[in-house]
Amino acid sequence: MIEINQLHKSFGKLKVLNDINLTFSSGDCIALIGPNGCGKTTLIKSILGMVIPDKGNIKVNGKLISKDYQYREQIGYMPQIGRYPDNMTIGHIIEMIKDIRKTNQKLDEELLNQFLLKSMFDKRMRTLSGGTTQKVSATIAFLFNPNILILDEPTAGLDPLASEILKEKIITEKQKGKLILITSHLLSELDELISHVVFMNEGQVKFHKTIADLKDATGEQKISKAIANVLKSTIHE
Amino acid sequence: MNRIVKYIILDILKNKIVIIYTLLLSILSWSVFSLEDNSSKGMLTLLNVILLTVPLVSVIFSTIYLYNSSEFIELLLSQPIKRSKIWNSLFMGLVISLMLSFFIGVGIPILIYSPNDVGIMMLLVGIFISTIFVSIAFLSSILTRDKAKGIGISIILWLFFGLLFDGIVLFLLFQLSDYPIEKLMIGITALNPIDLARILILLHLDVSAMMGHTGAVFKEFFGTSLGIIIVFIILLLWIVIPYYASILKFKSKDL
Repeated sequence: MIEINQLHKSFGKLKVLNDINLTFSSGDCIALIGPNGCGKTTLIKSILGMVIPDKGNIKVNGKLISKDYQYREQIGYMPQIGRYPDNMTIGHIIEMIKDIRKTNQKLDEELLNQFLLKSMFDKRMRTLSGGTTQKVSATIAFLFNPNILILDEPTAGLDPLASEILKEKIITEKQKGKLILITSHLLSELDELISHVVFMNEGQVKFHKTIADLKDATGEQKISKAIANVLKSTIHE
Repeated sequence: MNRIVKYIILDILKNKIVIIYTLLLSILSWSVFSLEDNSSKGMLTLLNVILLTVPLVSVIFSTIYLYNSSEFIELLLSQPIKRSKIWNSLFMGLVISLMLSFFIGVGIPILIYSPNDVGIMMLLVGIFISTIFVSIAFLSSILTRDKAKGIGISIILWLFFGLLFDGIVLFLLFQLSDYPIEKLMIGITALNPIDLARILILLHLDVSAMMGHTGAVFKEFFGTSLGIIIVFIILLLWIVIPYYASILKFKSKDL
């Protein structure tokens, strides 16, 4: 569903992405992990067309994204730090996006209801707390039933209740056969969700494995421990 | 009109600066016309005021607005919308609202007090100057990520076109007064949209008789309908070129 070929990107002298090759297919739930500044967010933004790669290409559903913009209809994106126009209210933002997309398809307002956002519709974005902003981001990401969900640190800043709601939601969507790409530092959170792990370091993909392979290779039962094991061995190398 | 432009215009109209700008322009123009009994003299005063304030407000307001829209741009970019459409919509939104301000503030008094061809030309020139400086704002805000730098570039460009350029031209005129540089001067004015607009209007007011030999050469060029068409084509280029450069840069910008 998503195909990344020999992707390179530098910001000035800093090489952020160095020859990334990845393929994700529908039904996968991929955890993108790695230390701070390893290029996770840049990779995600490249898939969304927000960052223009220096070299290489990305295909979504077999189509090159560099010439296309319609493909973003299929992607729900939840940014790490959602930035919204200060003067608009939650209601305005959601109405505006609905209006601009003007789709006829049924909207998925489950999160909108579960996060009780309707009662806050006339609050301005600038007055919201970080967690509430995250709730808005999550709602927008799931709103149009996208086939691909890209979630950048989805549970950071959410309270336990909200983060549980979001996790449940991700599991439901995964069961519908959608492709889900998550970045997170909280390894323990991922245990019940993911099917594949992509580990990045210094702009390179160190490995891309299924959970079963990873567990076999390290002999650990929990994903978080298995990953910690791999991390230790990469650092010692 | 597309939906994004609608949201941008609504957002700009909510902004009190544009309303104050409209009020300021209308106070200026109404008072100029009611103080001067001769509408031609009124036009002259108004011309100078407009050529100072309109570029200033257009360029600064647009630059700041663009920087403040970075969140809005980011939000739209994750939706299935073409990059160029986002940029075009921002441009349209700003141009339409500033034009509206200009028309309400200056256009209405002109149409009442001086509804002749000079009045119409003044309106056109005002609209062109607003658009040109919005276009310049687009270029300066895409050149740098730093808001303070971007606004700085805008202010310097305004200073250059509004004040410094005239100084340079005067200096050249005095230094080279022994040579026949009148024709060259026409070419040099094309490098500054404000001067171009000023000379175009001046030569259609009665005062042009007082401008000496250079004035006569200018009149030969700007007074003809071909001259007017050429001037408006140059003004159009002043809109298109900075905007086109900015959109090329925006298409490859990382957000």
